Amino acid sequence: MQPFEYANPTTVKEAVGLLGNKWDEAAVLAGGTDLISLMKDYVYSPKRLVNIKNIKELGGIRADKAGLRIGAAATIDELAESPLVAKNFPSLAQAARGVTSPQIRNMGTVGGDLCQRPRCWYYRDGQGLLASPGGRSLVTNGENKYHAILGNGGPAKFVSASSLGPALIALGATLTLQSSSGSRKVAADKFFVTPSAEGSREIALLPNELLTEILVPMGGTKNATYEVRQKEALDWPLATASVALKMSGSTVSSARVVLGHVAPMPWAATQADQFLAGKSLTEAVAEDAAKAALSNATPLSQNAYKVQLARVAVKRALMAAAGARG
Amino acid sequence: MPEYSWPEQGKRRLMGTRISRLDGGEKASGRAKYTSDLNKPDMLFSAVLTSPHAHAKVVSVDTSAAKAMKGVTGIRVVSGPGTEIQWAGTEIAFVAAASEEIARDAARAIKVQYDPMPHLVKEENLAAAGVRAKAAGEAITGDPDQAFKDADVVSEGSYGIPVLTHCCLEPHGQVSQWAGDKIEMWPSTQNVSGIGGDLSKNLELPATGVHVHMDHVGGGFGSKFNSDRWGIEGTRLSKESGGKPVKVFLDRATELTIAGVRPSAFGRIKVGAKRDGTITAWQSETWASGGFGGGGSPPLPYVFTTIPNQRKNHSAVSLNAGGARAWRAPNHQQACYLTDCAIEDLAAKLRMDPLDVFMKNADVTPRADVYRLQLKQAADLMDWKKKWHARGDSGSGPIKKGLGLAIHTWGGGGHASNAITRISPDGSVEIELGSQDLGTGTRTAIAIVAAETLGLPLNAVKVKIGDNAYPPSGGSGGSTTIGGVSVSTRKATVNALDKLLDAVAPSMGLPKEQLEAVDGKIQQKGNAAKNLTWKAACAKLGAKTISETGVNDPKNPGGLMSAGVGGCQMAEVSVDTETGIVKMVKSVAVQDVGTLVNLKTAESQIFGGCIMGVCGALMEERIMDQQTGRVLNADMEFYKLAGIGDIGEIVVKINTEPQFDKRGVIGLGEPASIGLLAAICNAVANAIGVRVPNAPMTPERVLAALERRNA
Repeated sequence: MQPFEYANPTTVKEAVGLLGNKWDEAAVLAGGTDLISLMKDYVYSPKRLVNIKNIKELGGIRADKAGLRIGAAATIDELAESPLVAKNFPSLAQAARGVTSPQIRNMGTVGGDLCQRPRCWYYRDGQGLLASPGGRSLVTNGENKYHAILGNGGPAKFVSASSLGPALIALGATLTLQSSSGSRKVAADKFFVTPSAEGSREIALLPNELLTEILVPMGGTKNATYEVRQKEALDWPLATASVALKMSGSTVSSARVVLGHVAPMPWAATQADQFLAGKSLTEAVAEDAAKAALSNATPLSQNAYKVQLARVAVKRALMAAAGARG
Repeated sequence: MPEYSWPEQGKRRLMGTRISRLDGGEKASGRAKYTSDLNKPDMLFSAVLTSPHAHAKVVSVDTSAAKAMKGVTGIRVVSGPGTEIQWAGTEIAFVAAASEEIARDAARAIKVQYDPMPHLVKEENLAAAGVRAKAAGEAITGDPDQAFKDADVVSEGSYGIPVLTHCCLEPHGQVSQWAGDKIEMWPSTQNVSGIGGDLSKNLELPATGVHVHMDHVGGGFGSKFNSDRWGIEGTRLSKESGGKPVKVFLDRATELTIAGVRPSAFGRIKVGAKRDGTITAWQSETWASGGFGGGGSPPLPYVFTTIPNQRKNHSAVSLNAGGARAWRAPNHQQACYLTDCAIEDLAAKLRMDPLDVFMKNADVTPRADVYRLQLKQAADLMDWKKKWHARGDSGSGPIKKGLGLAIHTWGGGGHASNAITRISPDGSVEIELGSQDLGTGTRTAIAIVAAETLGLPLNAVKVKIGDNAYPPSGGSGGSTTIGGVSVSTRKATVNALDKLLDAVAPSMGLPKEQLEAVDGKIQQKGNAAKNLTWKAACAKLGAKTISETGVNDPKNPGGLMSAGVGGCQMAEVSVDTETGIVKMVKSVAVQDVGTLVNLKTAESQIFGGCIMGVCGALMEERIMDQQTGRVLNADMEFYKLAGIGDIGEIVVKINTEPQFDKRGVIGLGEPASIGLLAAICNAVANAIGVRVPNAPMTPERVLAALERRNA
């Protein structure tokens, strides 16, 4: 691990003053469950760490008129255990519980889940985010069973590792990003991006910004998350789906279906949204919606099975939402 | 001379009962110090720089920048210019520094130029291995061609299990200190008495010059017998630093890349049988790799050794990948998988219950009665006859259940072992052996045998192991430890008791032959009223401590230990046919262990063996990248191992019937880890109606098999 400077601010104002204009100048340290291993493996060596765990205003989960406010430094466990979340947003609680390591739930934060780097094994082995040394994609020509089946037409073939992103997008959340020159609000579905160049990131956050809060509007939706994950113990999902349905009686008036772990960013399956609008939800409808969600899939040499898994995730998430409280 | 035997089965107080391990509390609370926990005053840390290339020639090594770094105390280049590297992860240089972080940064600052060469890192496709595959030559028994012509049914299939690593929870390494003409060494080893000799040989020192200490080891599974390059270079770095202790522990990625693998095994197998299930012919074309040296030679057909007509071909494939080390029951898991999956497929083709096919063919195994009994016992515990259905007849709905079974064997005879039992005038008892407790409960087993022999409670006996100043005892490999240490301990303790009886007999006015040690007393046989308490008896020693030796000579077991066991394991799984995810429902393990020393730790060994079977069957595999020649999952997130929720219920039955008990103590660590892998994969085939050829049974493999079935 390269030597680094350690800063321990107690206010957001102080923290954003310590950030840099380039990613290698400073990194935000929250739970550290991802950042520290990146540093130990020399994949990322920032010159300064800005610890945000001592900033009180970044913690906590509370509700007000605008909706549910989740502090970026709230832990994944707080989210999983929150009665407010369980009551209104089962999809978010389910996604949080899908992080199956109690240690990571206890240390990891909501902001950290959204900002963590991909688990692509070529990237983690030091081959770059796009894993294309000399312009040739190691992923396309190599071991890609865990890689992207959607949105993989560009150089990025990894999958977004975020567990909470799909649920937050489906629920229409808004993120607050703060810098020393002010703050801006970004819709969750605009927060994630697919990078096209080595050195860029998978999120819209700039190096000098800090993610401070996530606001989830009280939308009155039926919502659920379903994860296809091989192990009960700590394991990354192979495919997930988060759905949020606005109902009019037994009919879906509008739907948001968002897939996780299948694309370089949480994948908004708008074909499924359109298919579901105006339909009453049966298993056959859910199955057709799942097919629609994956209609544009472009699997790589070893991961066609993930198309099937993602379909199952969509179908089961829809059926779970249909059974859930409205 | 006293005679040696085990107490009669009905008269044992401690042996065979359920006793918690003596160091359980220490381990569960974190007080137990593993070698990787040791930090000596003034200690240096060493890091290793490894080759990123799978096959390359080292052109130059420039250590100047690393040497100039503050805190760096020494650098040793072990693969200098001209060295041909044969696998990624090969050690290039070791750096010693004041902290682990500095050592790692400095290792990265060493500039190495390589001339990369072509590599091969995958062996699943034999044709692609070309000249890297070396055929062992055909072996023929009987007339296989005629037998296959005459067979009523011939079943053919492809099967494979990948390379696994040992993935020891405590990685490989040691602390060592060069102190003048001797070396103090704190290794993480399976071989306390032997590792010093291995190190000294490499350092041109007498074997007696290395003093080895180790209290606990965090797993070895067959990969921790020798001093290794890190042991040798760490010790040399200590010498170069003027004798400071030097700590070298591999990081997880290096551990998984170069610290040993279980060879893979792949094969095309054909089995011929009569309509009643009697197997008449076997044909196998198999290949395997354990790294650059080839390796991996599963004994086929496994257990069903005397199938009358056989044709066998095997090739060893040399890969540019980290080399094999003994992995809990070397070659057996692979052989069991290839054989028992092929026989399950035969049973399915015959539309017979595989339990009946295994029973029917028990006569071509070396222990038909044992396997028939164990198959029946396991079937009862699994409720097999009630639950079993023909392959694929698993009802409607996406979730399918299935059953599978396998049988296995292992040697497990005790290794050479020397023990000293000391009885002091104050009544205290000490046992010393240069052995090690791999987590199997060896410490506790030694205490049980000694306390049983002396008629004392367990806590009256102090066990001292983990130091090569104690009498030499074998390395813990091949499930040989329990046989070795129980016999040497029994003999040493019987000898010591004999000396004690010599001392107390005159004062009790009885010949020593009429005395026995029972319930903390020395008493007259058949007359408990005439006794001396243990303390009073020992006081008769005056100032003299009894110190007696006991030896286990593997060539003369004397009825106290033996070798050669059978076991049967069964699995029940549930498969989600929409996702291909397999969940364990239940496992049953029936195991012969000879004379049982400790029921609780014996069961624990079997639980552990079964859990390794679950990992190998469902999720564990080393994944190599042919482009970079590197291990892609040298970590604990994609090198997948089961957690508590993935294991299911495990039911263990240990055979303690007289015909097993009378054989003496036999090791059980390895047989416990053999059969379940094949049993689980057979259960998956039974559940989904089609064979998934290659383990582990991951979603993509299960879904691909289902797709083939539906096509």
